[in-house]
Amino acid sequence: MLSRVANSVYWIARYLERAENTARIINVNTNLVLDTPKGMSPGWAPLVMITGGQTLFAEHYPELNERNVIRFLLTDATSTVSVLYALAQARENARTVRDVLPREVWEELNNLYQYARDNVQLGLSKRGRYEYVMKVIRGVQQLTGMLAGTMSNNMPYDFMVLGRNLERADMTLRILDVRSASLLPHAGGLRPFENIQWMSVLKSLSAYQMYLQHMGVRVYRQAVLQFLLQDRHFPRAIHHCVLRVETALRELPRHQPILPCVEKIKASIAKADVANLDPQGLHDFIDVQEAMLAEVDKVVGDVYFHPESLPVASQEAA
Amino acid sequence: MAIRWSQYRNKGFRDELIGPRGRPWPAADHVARYLRSLKDSEIDERRTAADLAIRAMGVTFTVYNQDGGAIDRAWPFDIIPRIIEKKEWSRIEEGLKQRVQALNLFIDDIYNEQRIIRDGIFPAELLETSTNYRPQCRHISPRFKVWAHICGSDLVRDKDGTLYVLEDNLRVPSGVSYMMENRLVMKRVFPELFEQVSIEPVDNYPSQLYDMLASLSPRPGDSPEIVVLTPGIYNSAYFEHAYLAQQMGAELVQGSDLVVGEGDKVYMRAVEGLRQVDVIYRRVDDLFLDPEAFNPESTLGVPGLMRAWKAGHVALANAPGAGMADDKVVYAFVPKMIRYYLDADPIVDNVPTYLCMNPDERSYVLANLDQLVVKPANESGGYGMLVGPHASVQERAKMARQIRRNPRNYVAQPTLSLSTTPTLVGHGVEPRHVDLRPFILSGKTIQTTTGGLTRVALKKGSLVVNSSQGGGSKDTWIVDAEEK
Repeated sequence: MLSRVANSVYWIARYLERAENTARIINVNTNLVLDTPKGMSPGWAPLVMITGGQTLFAEHYPELNERNVIRFLLTDATSTVSVLYALAQARENARTVRDVLPREVWEELNNLYQYARDNVQLGLSKRGRYEYVMKVIRGVQQLTGMLAGTMSNNMPYDFMVLGRNLERADMTLRILDVRSASLLPHAGGLRPFENIQWMSVLKSLSAYQMYLQHMGVRVYRQAVLQFLLQDRHFPRAIHHCVLRVETALRELPRHQPILPCVEKIKASIAKADVANLDPQGLHDFIDVQEAMLAEVDKVVGDVYFHPESLPVASQEAA
Repeated sequence: MAIRWSQYRNKGFRDELIGPRGRPWPAADHVARYLRSLKDSEIDERRTAADLAIRAMGVTFTVYNQDGGAIDRAWPFDIIPRIIEKKEWSRIEEGLKQRVQALNLFIDDIYNEQRIIRDGIFPAELLETSTNYRPQCRHISPRFKVWAHICGSDLVRDKDGTLYVLEDNLRVPSGVSYMMENRLVMKRVFPELFEQVSIEPVDNYPSQLYDMLASLSPRPGDSPEIVVLTPGIYNSAYFEHAYLAQQMGAELVQGSDLVVGEGDKVYMRAVEGLRQVDVIYRRVDDLFLDPEAFNPESTLGVPGLMRAWKAGHVALANAPGAGMADDKVVYAFVPKMIRYYLDADPIVDNVPTYLCMNPDERSYVLANLDQLVVKPANESGGYGMLVGPHASVQERAKMARQIRRNPRNYVAQPTLSLSTTPTLVGHGVEPRHVDLRPFILSGKTIQTTTGGLTRVALKKGSLVVNSSQGGGSKDTWIVDAEEK
C-alpha cells in the first residue's frame, strides 16, 4: 500500500469521525439548552472550546451566540472545525484514493457531502437543524458500516481503524475536559441540573444507553468518568479506542516504534484513580492523554506517511 | 406518447437509429418501439434516474476555466443509446486491429531501421518537424514491437453510411471509463431493455487491459506489480485513472510515489517499504515523464524513469515516443502503411486528407477554406480547429495566415456530414451529431472494446463532440439483429 494512500485513508476516517462527533455535540447541546432554565444554561461557548476553535471563531464572528456558533460548527466552509469542512476534506481525500475504496462507499460519501453542501439553509434553521444533523450522523454511521461490511480487513482498513479511533478518543477527551470544567464537583451533593448535564455528556457520545446497562441508572461524575475513560467495551471509551488502535497497528508492518506509545496510554488509563481526581487533576490528566494521542499520530506519520528513508520490502509483502 | 418517429427529421444526414420515413434500422427496432411507448412522465423518470445515478457514482470530468481553476462537472449523458449492428461491428473491429498493427510496426520502424523512409513511402523531413517524435527513443524496441498499447481511434459516419477513421489517439487516450460507466447507468435506467435485446457486454475491458499490461512485465512471475501513473486529481481524466486502477486492482500512483533506485529499477513508496514496479500504465504525457530526459521542470514525473525503461527493468504503456504517430499528418499516411507493412488494403478508410505541406494540396485548401475542416497536426480535444462552413470570414482569414506561416502543422479534410442519433430534448427527440471512439489494446495479441464511447454534440447542429467543448455521451450497443 502506498504511503500517500495510507495517509489519505487515515484522514478520511479522521474527518468522517470528526464530522459525526461535531454533529453529535451540536444536537445534544441543542437539547441541553432547551432543557435547562435560563441563567443555568451552559450556552454555546463550550462547543467552540470542545473543537478548539476559539481563536478562529473570534476572528470571524462578532458575537458568541447560538446562530453564529451553529454556523461556525456546522456549515461554514471556511471554518476548519465545521461539519461541512470535515465532510469536504473526507471527500477530497477519498477522491485521491478512489481506487482503494469500495465503490459504494465513495458514492455514499459523495452523496453525503453534496447533501450537506446543498442543504446549508436547512441546517441553519432551528426547525431543520435536527434533520440535517441526524442525516450527517446517520450518513457517517452508514459509511462506517459499509466499510466494515465491504472492505477487506487489510491495510487500508487498518489505517482507517487507526484514524477513526484516534479521532474518537481525542473527541471523548475534549468533551470530558470542557464539560467537566463547568461541572465542578463539590462537597454538598448534586447541584440542580448537574445530572442532566452529565447525561448530556453521555448523550454527546451516544453513551447514555450503554452507561445505564453497565453502570446503573444513577448518573454521576465518578461513574461517568470511569465509564468513558476505562470501559473496555464501549466504542467511544478511551480504553476501548486505544485497544482498537493497538489491534490495528499489530496488523501493520513496521509497527515497532509505535507500539510503546500506545502501551503508555493504556497503562496511564488503567492506573488512573478517577474517583479521586479533583477538577484540576482531571484537567491535567486529560491533557496528558491528549499529548500521548498526539504523539501516536506523529509517530504513525513518521513511520508510514512521510518517512525519511524506506527499506526495500520483501517481495511477498505485496 | 411523446416520441413520434414519423416526425423525426434529420434531412441530409444518415441516422444511426432511424432510417427513411421514420423506420428504425433493424438493430434499433426494439428500442425505437420501446421509446415510443413511453409517456412524458416515464421519460422524465428515466432521465432523472440517469442523472441521479451519474451524480451518485461521482462520474465527473474536470474542465479548466480561464482563471486557472478546475471545476469538476457531472458527465453529460443522453439516455437514448447509439446502436450498431453486430455484423457491421465485426468488420470495423477487423479494420481497427489492422490499422493499429500497422501503426505499431510503423513506430517501431521509425525508431529503428527506418525502412519506410528509405523506401520512399514516408518523407524524412516529417520526422524532423514532428513535435511528438522523441530522439531519446532511437534504437529501442519494446516487447512485441508494440509502442501504442492502448489506442483510441475516432470513427465518424458520412451521409452515405460509410464509416471513416477520423484520427488515432496514441498518446494517452481517454474515455474508456465513461464507456463502462454509461453502461452501468443504462442498466439502472432500462433494465427491461437489457432483458429483451441481446446487447454485447462491455465490462471485460479492465481484465483485457490487465492481461495486456501483465504480458509486458520484464520480471517473470504470475503477479507482476502494475501501476497506473496519473498526473493527479486536477487532471481532466483523473476519474478515469482512478477507475481503471481500481478495476484492475492496480495501485494508482503519482510521480512522487515512485522512485528509481538501485540498478535503475523502479520502486513505489509503500507502507511496508519500497516495492519494485514492473509495468507502468502511464497517463502522464511523454514530456513530463522524466525530468532527467525531458522537461526538467516537470514535477509530475519520475527522475530516471527513462533510464529504467531503456535498461528493460520496467515497461511503459504507451511507450514514450508512441505519440509521433498521433500527428494528423502521419495519420494521412496510415493507408500507405497498411499496404507497406501488411500488404493489405485498409478495411476501414481514412477521411480524405489534404496535407498543407504539399504546395498543390495547400493551394486547394486555401482556396476552399469555407468547405473544409482544418486541424492542427498535434492538438487534441478539438482545440485550434476550424470548421470552414461554420467559421466567420475573419476566422478563415486567420487560419489562412497560420497555414501559410507553418504549413507542416496543418491538415484539412472535407466537412463530413456527421451521422446523427436521436437525442432527448424536452419530451421529444431531435437529431444530434455523434462519433465513436473504440479502444484497441495491443500486446501479444490485439483486442478491441465492444463498440466504444459514443460522443454526442449536445448543441443543435454542432459537430464538436469533445467533452471539454460541450459534448456529452451515450451508451453504445452492439446488437445482434439476426438473433431471434
